[in-house]
Amino acid sequence: MSQAVDDTLIEAHGLSRHYDVSNGFFGGQATVKALSNTSFRLQAGRTLAVVGESGCGKSTLARVVTMIEKPTAGTLTLDGHHLSSEVILSDAQQAALRASVQIVFQDPFGSLNPRQTIGRILEEPVLINRPDVSAAQREQQARAMLEMVGLRPEHYDRYPHMFSGGQRQRIAVARALMLEPRILVLDEPVSALDLSIQSQILNLLVDLQERLNLAYLFISHDLSVVRHMADDVMVMYLGRVVEKGAAAAVFGSPRHPYTQALLSATPVADPGRKQTRIRLQGELPSPLNPPVGCAFHPRCWKAEERCRQTAPELDDTEVHPVACFFPL
Amino acid sequence: MATDKTPGPSLSGGAAGPHGGQSAVDTDVGSQQVTESSAGSREKPPVNAQVRPGRFREFWSYFVENRGAVVGLVVFVTFVLIALFADILAPHSPTEQYRSALLQPPAWQDGGTRQFLLGTDAVGRDLLSRLIHGARYSFFIGVIVVVIAASSGVMIGLIAGFARGWVDTLIMRLMDILLAFPSLLLALVMVAILGPSLINAMIAIAIVLQPHYVRLTRAAVLQELPRDYVTSARVVGAGPLRLMFVTVLPNCLAPIIVQAALSFSTAILDAAALGFLGLGAQPPTPEWGTMLADSREFVLRAWWVVTFPGIAILVNVLAINLMGDGLRDALDPKLKRS
Amino acid sequence: MPLLDVRNLSVDFKTSNGQFRAVDRVDVQVDVGDVLAIVGESGSGKSVSMLAVMGLLPWTASITADSMRFDGLDLATAEPRQRRAIIGKDVAMIFQEPMSSLNPCFTVGFQLREALKAHLPLSRRERQRRAVELLEQVGLPEPERRLNAFPHQLSGGMCQRVMIAMAIACKPKLLIADEPTTALDVTIQAQILELLLELQKNTGMALVLITHDMGVVAETARRVSVQYAGQKVEEQEVQALFANPHHPYTSALLAALPERATTRRLPSIPGVVPGQFDRPAGCLFSPRCAFADDRCRQVNPAMAAAELGHARCHYPLIQGIPQREVS
Repeated sequence: MSQAVDDTLIEAHGLSRHYDVSNGFFGGQATVKALSNTSFRLQAGRTLAVVGESGCGKSTLARVVTMIEKPTAGTLTLDGHHLSSEVILSDAQQAALRASVQIVFQDPFGSLNPRQTIGRILEEPVLINRPDVSAAQREQQARAMLEMVGLRPEHYDRYPHMFSGGQRQRIAVARALMLEPRILVLDEPVSALDLSIQSQILNLLVDLQERLNLAYLFISHDLSVVRHMADDVMVMYLGRVVEKGAAAAVFGSPRHPYTQALLSATPVADPGRKQTRIRLQGELPSPLNPPVGCAFHPRCWKAEERCRQTAPELDDTEVHPVACFFPL
Repeated sequence: MATDKTPGPSLSGGAAGPHGGQSAVDTDVGSQQVTESSAGSREKPPVNAQVRPGRFREFWSYFVENRGAVVGLVVFVTFVLIALFADILAPHSPTEQYRSALLQPPAWQDGGTRQFLLGTDAVGRDLLSRLIHGARYSFFIGVIVVVIAASSGVMIGLIAGFARGWVDTLIMRLMDILLAFPSLLLALVMVAILGPSLINAMIAIAIVLQPHYVRLTRAAVLQELPRDYVTSARVVGAGPLRLMFVTVLPNCLAPIIVQAALSFSTAILDAAALGFLGLGAQPPTPEWGTMLADSREFVLRAWWVVTFPGIAILVNVLAINLMGDGLRDALDPKLKRS
Repeated sequence: MPLLDVRNLSVDFKTSNGQFRAVDRVDVQVDVGDVLAIVGESGSGKSVSMLAVMGLLPWTASITADSMRFDGLDLATAEPRQRRAIIGKDVAMIFQEPMSSLNPCFTVGFQLREALKAHLPLSRRERQRRAVELLEQVGLPEPERRLNAFPHQLSGGMCQRVMIAMAIACKPKLLIADEPTTALDVTIQAQILELLLELQKNTGMALVLITHDMGVVAETARRVSVQYAGQKVEEQEVQALFANPHHPYTSALLAALPERATTRRLPSIPGVVPGQFDRPAGCLFSPRCAFADDRCRQVNPAMAAAELGHARCHYPLIQGIPQREVS
């Protein structure tokens, strides 16, 4: 993390996203803290992976960073533009921000409009954000982009249903890159793909990052993919970051009990390996009704009285911070 | 917005088959998913654009499987042709009165002549010619009513689906009120206010039919909105108008097309009913419902003046409904069998 | 004699565009107490072959097999009544989506007791007792309370436990688990796999695990059968398969695993699995295979010997090297 400060593309401070949900007819209002007090920083050319199970807030983070949703608290600096719950952006600022952050979704079958040709899908971002680009230029850009993601230019006129899952994911990546963004949010980009296709897409992402110096916010639940892709890792549990650090450090010597359990629960494709598995008891708590104190304490084997009463904080000044009273 | 008008797919592969433009809904994707989801796996074969039958062919194969739909289509097309070439086909003018041949029976009955194949009515007009020209009115009514009802209904439905909140609630409650009235009664009231004429009857029927489109469109919009492709259009900055018409609407068309086909027949039926009550087309317009009304008093003396317009309405409406069912089978993946 | 003995099974689906062969001449043998994993990507027909054995395919499927025997009974010729008596009792199956496998209108207890009622001559009270016992066995806390819960009140992992309880209710001899953990979180997946293996060990039933996850295979299976585009391309003991895959597809698949990567770029398999309209002549893997020659592109390979993992390949690999002179 010794890059120049200028390279920082995302800087988040205490980012939170809470939802108010009505609790039935008479239940009144409840608040779901989908994302609480999250801080991180991402530089150009680097990959920050966000890891966690369902309900941990990783998809909410993706939606906040891509401005689909506004944060309810905290500040977010994207490529030099400041965003928070209070700041209202002008149209021009929003357009500039859209050009710098784009997203690729998990399901390649739902993320492409079935009624548009590949050409139109790719051109739409340019059409909306750069109206001064001529139609011929747009088409040329789209065809060039198809080639860049490993498709053939003649795919330009086809419809999404004519493509397989892997090819569709390439198209989704191509669309995200049409505005030449500097940040790409990848929301489980390979989880819906077959193993042989998964490696093709991962290679494509690695290539693109090297060529375009992109910053990736890589969201995944698959630790083996994360271990391969990430420079830095952020482990989340129930809307909070529990551990953060360089990938090698987090995977090599996990400090939070949850990280350790997650690592040991991930199946490894090596039948000879003798492992001692940490058995986590119980289920993930509901985000509607999170436990008091440390959110992980009901499943934690190291939990003590203190964990049940106060929630440990993450100390961002450390190199490998962890939100636990008894780190390993 | 120049690229919105990009011409349809011109596949460089060449052999990819015809594409049915708007009418070709995801049929081939859908059918694959059906066979596989019933097999309980999430498997999906990759697609080869070269050999795979085109969307229109796929749609057609589903449509043809429904025999009734094909019969309906044939009858419907016949009626359309009759309406188009009414001037050539009709042996007489629909309004010319042959004073020498009042209430003449059809040709095959005693007293009938070759000159008037289906007989004449009480003022001596040729029934066959009137029926042939009546087809014109029926299709005119159907087309105009469906266009007005569908376009306004789809617009309002889109607004309701996108706006949510109080706008949505207000629109939907208004539509509920419209739907709470018996449709013909409501049309009657409106014609009574606007004054009896064919145009006013059509407007009234369109207003009565339009809530169905609103509900249908809103439901389809709500189903499409959370999908990822809509979110990605938002991320690239598509404005609300673009989202409505370019992104979401084309994906909601299948049920709307089916509804349009079915309400075509409803429009013809309602217009005939209003005509029969004297509130639609006014004599001497050869509109089928009005013809029925004019000949009401001769039911016992001259069966043909009532029967033939009645049969024309019946066959026409039945054919369109059968065709609409076929359309739904072919377009609506939810009803598709494995 | 194996518990389940399926030879030369083919399944064709009638689609609007003609016949589609989902399973192509597949053999499956499962012994008593065996743990077999069937691995494959989407389109490999791994689920369809087991659904065919269970008789759960829709009418559009036509099934042909030289033999399809379970525990001495010929499933192909058995009367529907005989078949029903076995399916659900001696052979049970659990599916990928635990939430949608349970009927949302009834309580867990009701559905569990129904399953018992269908196959076992128990009284009401005995059924209730057995239901509690089963939920305890699958590790659900507070079983009495859970019996009165509706499926939507339980999490995905709990629903899968209930499904397992229903499956083992009649002490089956064979349990088929079709992607049982794909929809679950990693920590829950570990719990469910552990539970399945424990039940298998304690009851001695055979377990067929259908999955696409090589990690799950490595940690659970004893034998592995690899399927590609409807064909079984290789079958080996799990240790041997991971150490020395004989079919180029298996070898390439293992190499593509991110955790086995030694470089930043993964060795990947080009192209896609063939579908209905682009089935190649000759070996189905030939368009994507690094070792394919003209013979592979023209002649459909036969299965190799058992010591070469029954690999459906002209030139099976030994330690990654194709054996050109063999065969």
